[in-house]
Amino acid sequence: MILGWIWTLIVFLSILFSVFTGKINEVSAATAHGAQAGVTAAIGIAGSICLWSGVGNLMDKTGLTGLLAKLLRPLLNLLFPGTKKDPQLRKDLSANICANILGLGNAATPMGIKAVKGMRLPHRPHMATDEMCRLIVLNTASIQLIPANVAAVRASLGCAAPFDILPAVWLTSITSATVGLTAAWCMGKLCRNG
Amino acid sequence: MADYIVPLVLFAAAALALGKKEDPYRHMLDGAADGLNLLASILPPLVLLLTAVTMLRASGGIELISRFCAPVFQFFGIPPETAILVLVRPLSGSAALAVGAELMAEHGPDSLIGRTVAIMLGSTETTFYTISVYFGAAGIRKTRYTAAAALLADLTGFIMASLTARLFFN
Repeated sequence: MILGWIWTLIVFLSILFSVFTGKINEVSAATAHGAQAGVTAAIGIAGSICLWSGVGNLMDKTGLTGLLAKLLRPLLNLLFPGTKKDPQLRKDLSANICANILGLGNAATPMGIKAVKGMRLPHRPHMATDEMCRLIVLNTASIQLIPANVAAVRASLGCAAPFDILPAVWLTSITSATVGLTAAWCMGKLCRNG
Repeated sequence: MADYIVPLVLFAAAALALGKKEDPYRHMLDGAADGLNLLASILPPLVLLLTAVTMLRASGGIELISRFCAPVFQFFGIPPETAILVLVRPLSGSAALAVGAELMAEHGPDSLIGRTVAIMLGSTETTFYTISVYFGAAGIRKTRYTAAAALLADLTGFIMASLTARLFFN
């Protein structure tokens, strides 16, 4: 529903602005151009999307997920100490984080939902726990090995080295995840005392 | 150096599979077929959203919004040209991709703005969508400080993306 509001708002703003700028015929022509641009953009990134979905699936099937889970164990112990006693919950959690790292967004969501369900408190099932907040922050910080969609858009625009942004993307993701998790940790403490 | 990453990831994934006596080609084919489904699911929203965004651009509205937001963005060191992307990013992934593709096409994928946009898209997520899907499906109604912490992470991402683009490519 929220997108319905945004879409209508954008169209309304275009008409409103064009009244002041006198560009209503450009706005009218833009409807046809914009729709075509959507198809062109989708086709332009089709190859990369298919390739990286394939590679992501390959890495998942050959046990890279298991290896990642092993490497992530110290981090999971630190961020989600409550999951130590629950092997199934721990499995969902690391599958969610690994799918994110491998860029398999569609696989990450069901695992993440299962993990949140497993973290619910029996006496207060509708309240978000500190660990749930940390899981959401980890998911929204978008830590991924290969940001394939963005690279695909860059390549479709004729960029010579679409992956040259990788180190910057990694550094940015890790910083924002660290800030988000630190903030969540502080807010968790404050909430408890308040 | 960064040029080695992608070819090496491809080789390592395939070699690892062969080492485990698995067929890398078949697993990649399965995944690539899934990619086609993913593509079919992002094409319709891209068409709708790019229609709206192109209209807004044609009306001259995007420049006005950028100019209006400029002081706040400059305070955080974020280029005001990316204002639309920053506003849309936490709400919708396909809208952000549409806006980002537009910005990269306008400024050029190798310009400072184009790279900042790409780093922003690669290092942030659709925060409100994630919260509503994860918590909605699990029946969590009291979300406490989740949105605040996640949005603070987003803001850090936008600031860092602007900073790393300048540091690595300027």
